[in-house]
Amino acid sequence: MSGVSVTKAAEDAVPAANDLVVLSNVNKHFGALHVLQDIDLTIARGEVVVVIGPSGSGKSTLCRTINRLETIDSGAISIDGKPLPQEGKELARLRADVGMVFQSFNLFAHKTVLENVMLGQLKVRKTDKQGATEKARSLLDRVGVASQADKYPSQLSGGQQQRVAIARALAMDPKVMLFDEPTSALDPEMINEVLEVMQQLARDGMTMVVVTHEMGFARSAANRVVFMADGKIVEEAAPDQFFSNPRSDRAKDFLSKILHH
Amino acid sequence: MFDFLEGYDLLGAFWVTVKLTVYSALGSLLWGTLLAGMRVGPVPLMRGFGTAYVNIVRNIPLTVIIVFSSLGLFQTLQVTLGGGDDFEVINFRLAVLSLALYTAAFVCEALRSGINTVPTGQAEAARALGLSFTQVLRLVILPQAFRSVVNPLANVLIALTKNTTVAAAIGVAEAAFLMKDMIEAEAQLILISAIFAFGFICLTLPTGLLLGWVSKKVAVKR
Repeated sequence: MSGVSVTKAAEDAVPAANDLVVLSNVNKHFGALHVLQDIDLTIARGEVVVVIGPSGSGKSTLCRTINRLETIDSGAISIDGKPLPQEGKELARLRADVGMVFQSFNLFAHKTVLENVMLGQLKVRKTDKQGATEKARSLLDRVGVASQADKYPSQLSGGQQQRVAIARALAMDPKVMLFDEPTSALDPEMINEVLEVMQQLARDGMTMVVVTHEMGFARSAANRVVFMADGKIVEEAAPDQFFSNPRSDRAKDFLSKILHH
Repeated sequence: MFDFLEGYDLLGAFWVTVKLTVYSALGSLLWGTLLAGMRVGPVPLMRGFGTAYVNIVRNIPLTVIIVFSSLGLFQTLQVTLGGGDDFEVINFRLAVLSLALYTAAFVCEALRSGINTVPTGQAEAARALGLSFTQVLRLVILPQAFRSVVNPLANVLIALTKNTTVAAAIGVAEAAFLMKDMIEAEAQLILISAIFAFGFICLTLPTGLLLGWVSKKVAVKR
């Protein structure tokens, strides 16, 4: 017994070089609501973690704490061995390494698609204009919207906008990509075009944290499924195991409600 | 009927009005934008300063500010703004300074309401890319905010154009200054008033129409 705990402690002290995102004992409140309760989560380099759970379970908040769009009340978050700093230059530098894709796309409405993908390269990475343009065009090509480069976001369909948003995040060469319900605001027929881009990304070895209601994606692309309810991580398992044989009652209940139809 | 106009430099007076308007507009746009930046910024001291500035300055009559600039800044503190000992230049510059400082409070508030029309997600996406606060403001928020407040800013500009008449109080020879001279010297009260009213409408009406058109042209589609 004591031997086990000693090894465990030693592991805690020196995080494995392969751990990219580490959340330990994270707590957050929205007023009286304890939205994140003692969250411990480690994401390894190259891993695709899908976070699922009922609405209001804190999964979006969890995702947003990783690049500090939401602050936390206690606990620690580190990315690639560095703890998240306070708001400022240091945090901005760290955010540049963390790609984020939002439910509502959030493309810059006053800039063209191409300019959206170039902005971060030019202003944060200080890439020269020609290099940024080339990279933006090749990324837009990769997500299948190259022909829309000179249009404004409002002229694109939701699926196209979300793929541009993915390209915009990829343009920063992020170490990890966060997806906060990327398909929840999309018409059903556009969901697949976005999921296909994400699956390709997962196959290419990108480290991804994906908050989603798309169980098909979780099954096919995830290395690990994290199930959250009421601000806690209730269960973590490989997708096969989680979907065919969930251990907790809460997960069984959740799956029984969504998988029948 | 218009014989009495001979000997008066109407165009010259209105040209001074135009110059007052343009310089103060540029100054107030710059200062007002900085103030708006302070008011939405993360530094409590700057937020406090912005809020206090706007609430104090917009509640002081412009006449008081302009007269103070002449009596207080110039005559007591000898601030000449590089005008040497040329009273005309000094008064003109003091008037521009006062008008700009005063109008900036209104520009700031118009702009701040524009900032509020930009969805939070725009700033979040910009921050997530690693842009700093000032970059987020300069590259993403303000360009969208300005486009949504062209009409309110047109209002401010029209008000500013008419407010330049207060500069007559410290002897700047703009349109209202000349009007006062003419009313005293000629027996044509109604006609003179009508001429100057018409002159101001000639300045402000096209401003409003042009900026109304610009407003539609640059609106951000979401």
